[in-house]
Amino acid sequence: MLRGTAPYALLLPATAVVAAVAGYPLYLLVKLSFQQYGLQELIAHKGVWIGTANYAEIFHDRQFWEVVARTVVFTAACVSMTMLLGTLIALLLARLNAFMRFLLTTGLVLVWAMPVVVAVNIWYWMVDYEFGVLNWLLTELHLGDFEHHDWFVSPWSGFAIIGAVIVWGAIPFVTITLYAGLTQVPRELVEAAAMDGAGVLRTFRDITFPILKPLFVILTSLSIIWDFQVFNQVWIMRDQRPTSDYFVMSIYSFVESFKVSQYGLGAAIAIVMVLTMFAVTFVYIRQMVRMGDLR
Amino acid sequence: MSSQAPAAPVPVAPTTERAVPRVGVRRHRKLLGRVGINLLGVLTFVVMVFPVYWMVNTAFKPGIDIQSYTPKFLPNPATLVNFEDAIHRAYFWDVVKNSLIVVGVVTALSLVLAFLAALALAKFRFYGRSAFLVLVLCVQMVPLTALIIPLYIMLSRAHQIDKLSGVIITYLTFVLPFCVWTLRGFLLAVPKELEEAAMVDGSTRLGAFVRILLPLVAPGLVATSIFAFIQCWNEYIVAYVLLSSPEKQTLPVWLAGFTTLHGTDWGSLMAAATLTALPVVAFFVLVHRRIAFGLTAGAVRG
Repeated sequence: MLRGTAPYALLLPATAVVAAVAGYPLYLLVKLSFQQYGLQELIAHKGVWIGTANYAEIFHDRQFWEVVARTVVFTAACVSMTMLLGTLIALLLARLNAFMRFLLTTGLVLVWAMPVVVAVNIWYWMVDYEFGVLNWLLTELHLGDFEHHDWFVSPWSGFAIIGAVIVWGAIPFVTITLYAGLTQVPRELVEAAAMDGAGVLRTFRDITFPILKPLFVILTSLSIIWDFQVFNQVWIMRDQRPTSDYFVMSIYSFVESFKVSQYGLGAAIAIVMVLTMFAVTFVYIRQMVRMGDLR
Repeated sequence: MSSQAPAAPVPVAPTTERAVPRVGVRRHRKLLGRVGINLLGVLTFVVMVFPVYWMVNTAFKPGIDIQSYTPKFLPNPATLVNFEDAIHRAYFWDVVKNSLIVVGVVTALSLVLAFLAALALAKFRFYGRSAFLVLVLCVQMVPLTALIIPLYIMLSRAHQIDKLSGVIITYLTFVLPFCVWTLRGFLLAVPKELEEAAMVDGSTRLGAFVRILLPLVAPGLVATSIFAFIQCWNEYIVAYVLLSSPEKQTLPVWLAGFTTLHGTDWGSLMAAATLTALPVVAFFVLVHRRIAFGLTAGAVRG
């Protein structure tokens, strides 16, 4: 085999498969968003071109903007909680003794390993209105009367629980990665700062954070990517039929497609979701591309 | 401590006492701080692990202790009834078999294809390499919740709805790009000098590959395949949309269907959840270090 063609030959099978199972669906998604595509069209295997009518419809739809706002706020809350708690636990890990560090790391890996569907079901059981351990605990702690308290009646507390599942599941990855980064921060720098009288916060702000900034960018971007498109946690926690108070963008797009059978409209919502995500994580993509180029 | 020059004017009177605290007090305070930190560590551990503990605890409790207004923190008496119920629940063995088929085929296919591609990306310089990398990265960023719409329409045209083959094809969408990225990372980590040395010693490129590169990348291959396994094992939305007949579903879809309008049998649900999580936990403990590396090295899906 000629050396010049070898890499292309190696790439060909994977490229063909990715083109077929990801490239073509992507093209189809964009096309669908410009089409009227309902049950009739699904049976006829052919959509009707309607230009930008789907986009016009969602942009004039008040519910759509509510869903967007809900998604943005929810993502921001989840990502900031994940990063805050992840960072704090990573800093804690660095200060623990060897045994405690091993114990906590093992616990984090255990949590990390929980499949999403399993995690959601556990939390659903813990917040069960009748026999859930959370209601019992809060009542025992005299934080109020939580007997038979249904967390999902109000979407605010419902989303707090869903957010808790997401953050709980996301903390281990962030913590373990940040801890690995922390061990790379030169000890002398931190000690010198302490010598000069810098407090814990100051040391973190002026020494640790700048050194670990690339890692923070990557982790925050990944968290945004994961949380912005979140589906399973909301869907399963709401018994696979959420009310419209619980619609985030992925759920809205899914319901429009698979429950109302308006695939074109669902595709348009999905496109808006994807483009927003790409815009927000642009810095991350650029950084990854640069890393790919350098090597 | 005394060698540093004070940056700010120091008040005179109280300094002598405060600047040089008695050694005993300082050591005492330090010890207290260390105890406090480790207590905080215990607390974090308890809070993080509690949900997992609660699952296992519930799984071993008899129904009467599960449906109790004062929860029991130890499964005493313990029972295996919930596990029996879970295993004897309709379609359990079907869905386990389906999950294993899907996971096995997808992992094997992705690994072979991805390894070839990663080899090209890591060991050759060629026109279009960066473009390909960017493409793989962007494909990974498109959420499955968006792709499932066109995939469903595509597969319904090809009569692949409610068939495992349809799910297998779809899983390649996210598993293959992930494997390409991670394997490329592992291949890049092998020093070029080693291969070159082997070639100088008279090996052919293929010989160097088999004897030098392959053994060095083997742990990476194992880690990547395990993570591909975990991703497929856990996937929910695609299987949920594509597989409607109960005997054709996979474990996560089956598990999510436990909660019905008529109430939930929490005991057998937690037992089933424990069984679903068990293989993942076993594998995860083995490879989590390498996965953290792979994820930050550019693989997007978790």
